[in-house]
Amino acid sequence: MSKRDTSRTMNIVRKGMGRRYRAEKRFKRIGLVAIIFSLSCLATLFISIIGNGHTAFLQTVVKMDIYLDPAEFDPESLNRADYQGTIKKALRTMFPQVTSRGDKKKLYAMISTGATFQLMDVIKQTPDLIGTTISLWVPADDDVDMFMKGYIRRDVEETDRRLNDLQISWIDALAHDGRIKKRFNTTFFTSGDSREPELAGIWGATCGSFYTLLITLLLSFPVGVAAAVYLEEFAPKNRFTDLIEVNINNLAAVPSIVFGLLGLAVFLNLFGLPRSSPLVGGLVLTLMTLPTIIIASRAALKSVPPSVREAALSVGASKTQMVSHHVLPLALPGMLTGTIIGMAQALGETAPLLMIGMVAFIVDIPGGLQDPSTVLPVQIFLWADSPERAFLEKTSAAIMVLLAFLVTMNAVAVFLRKKFERRW
Amino acid sequence: MTPTHTLILLLLLCAVGYQVGKKRSFAVAKIRGGPRVLHSRPVYYGSLTALWCAVPALIVFSSWLMFESGIITHLVISQLPDHIQDLSADRLNLVMNDIRNLVNGNIVSKAAGPAIQSAADHYQQLQSISHASVAVLVLVMAIAGIMAAQYYIRPELRARNHVERMIRYLLIVCSTIAIFTTIGIVLSVLYESIRFFKIVPVFEFLFGLEWSPQMAIRSDQVGSSGAFGAIPVFMGTFLISVIALSVSVPVGLMSAIYLSEYANKRFRAVAKPLLEILAGIPTVVYGFFAALVVAPVIRNTGEFMGLDVSSESALAAGLVMGIMIIPFVSSLSDDVINAVPQSLRDGAYGLGSTQSETIRYVILPAALPGIVGGVLLAASRAIGETMIVVMAAGLSANLTLNPLETVTTVTVQIVTLLVGDQEFDSSKTLAAFALGLVLFIVTLILNVIALYVVRKYREQYE
Repeated sequence: MSKRDTSRTMNIVRKGMGRRYRAEKRFKRIGLVAIIFSLSCLATLFISIIGNGHTAFLQTVVKMDIYLDPAEFDPESLNRADYQGTIKKALRTMFPQVTSRGDKKKLYAMISTGATFQLMDVIKQTPDLIGTTISLWVPADDDVDMFMKGYIRRDVEETDRRLNDLQISWIDALAHDGRIKKRFNTTFFTSGDSREPELAGIWGATCGSFYTLLITLLLSFPVGVAAAVYLEEFAPKNRFTDLIEVNINNLAAVPSIVFGLLGLAVFLNLFGLPRSSPLVGGLVLTLMTLPTIIIASRAALKSVPPSVREAALSVGASKTQMVSHHVLPLALPGMLTGTIIGMAQALGETAPLLMIGMVAFIVDIPGGLQDPSTVLPVQIFLWADSPERAFLEKTSAAIMVLLAFLVTMNAVAVFLRKKFERRW
Repeated sequence: MTPTHTLILLLLLCAVGYQVGKKRSFAVAKIRGGPRVLHSRPVYYGSLTALWCAVPALIVFSSWLMFESGIITHLVISQLPDHIQDLSADRLNLVMNDIRNLVNGNIVSKAAGPAIQSAADHYQQLQSISHASVAVLVLVMAIAGIMAAQYYIRPELRARNHVERMIRYLLIVCSTIAIFTTIGIVLSVLYESIRFFKIVPVFEFLFGLEWSPQMAIRSDQVGSSGAFGAIPVFMGTFLISVIALSVSVPVGLMSAIYLSEYANKRFRAVAKPLLEILAGIPTVVYGFFAALVVAPVIRNTGEFMGLDVSSESALAAGLVMGIMIIPFVSSLSDDVINAVPQSLRDGAYGLGSTQSETIRYVILPAALPGIVGGVLLAASRAIGETMIVVMAAGLSANLTLNPLETVTTVTVQIVTLLVGDQEFDSSKTLAAFALGLVLFIVTLILNVIALYVVRKYREQYE
């Protein structure tokens, strides 16, 4: 090639240089934008949930002076006393100016129905109080709660808000006397589901999740580890093991709702196991998380170097001894990490549990594996469907609790991995 | 004695058997001159005894419990008065439910008549007899197992080999559960689908253009014949999945490229775990996000631009689903891009190409099969995703490709048809299984192709 030719080529290359560098920059920027887009989605998600949900951790309570009329409360038959009437009477004495029937109804609506049960509990615990006037902080109705938290605004037309002007004036009067305040919402963490947002809590769903995950863990960890050990250490390479492997890989990608259909057809209709129970939920989730655990456990077994195996065999250990005494202990941290991640998946899973009837409205706290119950994500789903404004913040708060559990589990998994990770 | 008690007792017996077997091995060895003469270590004789004690007893125990409720129900029904026995199967089932509730001390739907009450007593009696006999049977078998092991233990007994063989069988059984799960899925879905296709022809189901799964209770009701043409449902699924993929594939792929080729170590260490958080968020949370945050925003923007947007638009569900799948696509592409050998990159740089040219003309074509596999897996995720669409997409089956309108998907229909109290034999619930069958087959095909492509691709560069 002559000198002139080279310089011509170089000219062409140089001419294109600017365009190519611009393309380079553009490409790099597109990549960065993609990442920023995904991260901002994450941020929006968290901000909207925390923004909606943080207020649910506070609850509006009203201080009432209640006169416990000895004529009404007979220590012998406390169950038959008119607690609701007592609460209403106390409300009337607090606002003597309210006389018309309609207004009275509005007044009664400001206190949660939970006040009745609270009063009953107090009297049953200390019957000595009968005949005295006690002052009690009782939960306000969810509309009052929403008003106190600023979700129902004063400046909206009276017909467009759920509290009328009169009710707001009562709230103002209560606030003036220091009889209304917001305090930490313990109900949310200690009670089961309820139709009344101010009485609804996540404890029932948390217990349900706990029992379901307990079954899942007890079944899927041993079975998953055993399957992984067989496939990785013992299985001959043949059609049968290939079939198992294809099945496991495929099951890992089967939509979760299909597992729900399996649970419905087999566990409920064929075996007749109790509907809505953590037992069936745990079984379905076991089948769902098994592939995850098997795949993670196999990876952990693979990372144990063959020299460990050969050393064990060379001093006369049998194959089973080699696996159980040497390989398994070395692979266990990896297996545990995989199991925790699988459990975190199972904790967030909703769709298959809908199929086996864990969507029922259940107020009682489940006490065992066969009790009807619901789980945290299903509770979120149920609340998200409710029309009341107050359930919106409850839903967001339940999501925050669920995410907190998930973050903790994943943090434990990461910690385990960091602590026990060995490079050979 | 409840089954739980029996199980606990059995476990205790196992522990006893272990100790007894171990002692026995020492005893038989003593006569011949100490533990040296034993074939295996004493632990293995103990384990063997425990296994002999537990395994047969457990098999009997579990199979007994599996069939117990069916047999008892049968016996109780045969004892019921004739007028109850003559009821239809559904009504009879309700009566049995009442009896069972009465036995468990739950609330019964109506006041129990004397016949029901006596049947409940009968049920309870049979149940306690059954529990007692299974307890006796299991415990006798366990003790017999221990005794038999005692008899067989002698120094020549190859206890370790026996134990190891049993463990091996156990491992095999555990690993076949995956196969049984698949078989279970196929059988359960197929069985109900075949029953459905007896009512509604396959052809009508797969190619019908109208979907309104309302079966009338009385034949003279308006709209009594339900329509089970699933094309609108499939189209809705397709539309939402396409929207989801058109968000997640470009974003996921570009993120993976940036993270693996451009980003410095510190940026990667922060951004990658953050992206993975997106993958760990439960789908019900995304559903909530789609229904309460994204859908109103889209509707308001649409109204602002003068468009008529449904509040349950396909766009909202698809967008959020796309966000959910981003980390999935990005981690799969990341693996694939990292698997491209460095020599290809070096070759391209050596010819003077810029980094982006290397990526676009060398790495991406080389990684294409793997990326396609990843996209197929993502598509199967999108098709099977349930909670987002249940919460954010609609129920009405519109045959449309307009992303601003409401569409419904296969998974939404399955959930709405099966959640709630329906009799199990109606064509409505069976339709859900037919949809489930289609869902399973489609995702299966996608998964198999994807897994095959990815594996082939890996082998190519190994």
